[in-house]
Amino acid sequence: MASTAKAIEPIISAAWGKPQSWTLDSYRQRGGYEALKRALEMQPAAIIDEVKKSNLRGRGGAGFPTGLKWSFVPKDSPKPKYLAVNGDESEPGTFKDRYILEDDPHMMLEGIAIASYALGVHTCYVYLRGEFKFPAQRCQAAIDEAYKAGIFGKKLMGKDYELNVYLVRGAGAYICGEETALLESLEGKKGWPRLKPPFPAVVGLFGCPTVVNNVETLASVPAVFQKGSDAYAKLGTDKSGGTRLVCLSGTVNRPGVYEVSMFTTLSELIFDDKYGRGMPKGRKVKAVIPGGSSAPVLGADELDVAMEFEALKVKQTMAGSGGVIVMDDATCMVRSLWRVARFYAEESCGQCTPCREGTPWQTRLLRKIEEGRGEPGDVDMLSNVASSIAPYPPIGLGNTICALGDAAALPTHSFLMRFRDEFEAHIREKRCPFGDKPWGSFGDWS
Amino acid sequence: MAEPLFTPEEQKKFDAGIAEIISHYPPDRKSAGMLPALRLLQDIKGWLPPEGLRLVAKNLEVTPERAMEVASFYVMYHLKKPGKYVIDVCTNLSCSLWGAEKMLAYLEEKLGLKAGEANEKFTLRETECLASCGTAPCLQINEDHHESLTKAKLDAILAKLS
Repeated sequence: MASTAKAIEPIISAAWGKPQSWTLDSYRQRGGYEALKRALEMQPAAIIDEVKKSNLRGRGGAGFPTGLKWSFVPKDSPKPKYLAVNGDESEPGTFKDRYILEDDPHMMLEGIAIASYALGVHTCYVYLRGEFKFPAQRCQAAIDEAYKAGIFGKKLMGKDYELNVYLVRGAGAYICGEETALLESLEGKKGWPRLKPPFPAVVGLFGCPTVVNNVETLASVPAVFQKGSDAYAKLGTDKSGGTRLVCLSGTVNRPGVYEVSMFTTLSELIFDDKYGRGMPKGRKVKAVIPGGSSAPVLGADELDVAMEFEALKVKQTMAGSGGVIVMDDATCMVRSLWRVARFYAEESCGQCTPCREGTPWQTRLLRKIEEGRGEPGDVDMLSNVASSIAPYPPIGLGNTICALGDAAALPTHSFLMRFRDEFEAHIREKRCPFGDKPWGSFGDWS
Repeated sequence: MAEPLFTPEEQKKFDAGIAEIISHYPPDRKSAGMLPALRLLQDIKGWLPPEGLRLVAKNLEVTPERAMEVASFYVMYHLKKPGKYVIDVCTNLSCSLWGAEKMLAYLEEKLGLKAGEANEKFTLRETECLASCGTAPCLQINEDHHESLTKAKLDAILAKLS
């Protein structure tokens, strides 16, 4: 397929791959920190209004309107307020925040400065997943530069307003990407999610009002003030402004992170020359996970859908974290779901019984089916186990404190809905129909 | 007498590190520094020896049990001394579609270790998604990323580990 997808002007990824793009000099040459100057001339409440008008939505997974989230922080609280940046990017299929941290960390730092000033925050913690050694080095170097240049510290860009930004590295736990588990971890504890309400905006870090925002969300904030909120909103749909990053992986010719418009469809992402450049020769799409491994899987005939929160909701799946995983027709769906299920079993924090017990149970059943030991009734059993973690269709949260339960159950529900025949075939034939090549034979290792 | 935990130089590094960590939090919230403090200890010693956990706890004014609770929750902390090189191989979906399971099998054979095992030189582990799905398959060696791995590339990396 040639390139027919409408080109967009990149915002977040504009400087990636350019020499020294991660330095303050480079960022300033591109007009960096001018948006902060503009914001510092405004009243905090007006800044929040601008972000509301921009229709910017959270890029971490849930897609919550950012300005609205900011407005939940009580203005008259005598307690200190905090900003926690969620850089715990660990959802399988998601690898976008890493590039912001590595290639243009100042864009996020400028967003942090604007958000902090608007919210009355004087201390911000940037929480990065522990495995991000190199991204953490780049990010810390950028923070140091910002202090040295008088952007952070006692006087925020010369204004009489103190802002301190600290980087904290996690230590290997997917659950810490859940916002309340992240706060527990920031408090020096194991990452056990908290019951909500109260929401972090009211009772967050150290019991104080706290906003938790994703790396990409904050990196999107400067553009709102550079372009103006109306212009930013107009880039997107009625309910979702701006551009977004999507991560393309799996069996496509050109995986990678691409900045797309809210109108770009999944099939454009996979096939267009600007993006994935299609499937390897002779292969066809079988299934696509559109928003990180917890997002319900779509079949090959469902790809004509925009990668945007509302459009994907209509397809009963989600835009989530932007992690698009493509599986070709040589990929075994049982094997794929088994691998995803194992992830959630490994990462369940153990707090809630349905998730702690249900996630390994799913894994055991899937392994049994994939290894040809499945019995009649096992597919129903699998469906029941998933339902006991989180029923389908979802009614709010499932039977657990946090959304990890839903994240673990939704893949099972959706794989069974679309590919049940393949599961039954494993049981009927007492083997994996793909033989010893359940992953096809793609890449250098085949 | 038991060996002291730190050499004088290590002690200096630990004390300076702890002071810096604590300064990032409100005065009554020293315990918030647990994750960075454990990382500091591991950076110095290569793992988290029990007497080190007790020392971290004392510095952060919590019980040693609390330090152990956190240390045992997160997979990146080593409660046993690992091999000189810790190899974490991602086998999650995107990596497996690009051959990660075969890469792991190759490593198991080459190193003579099963995933989850260790010797003096190597600790080999299967790990969860490392956010390199677009440059699969990938692994980390002592937290350094190696991506888009081919057999030739992996062999060259391993050859450099002495």
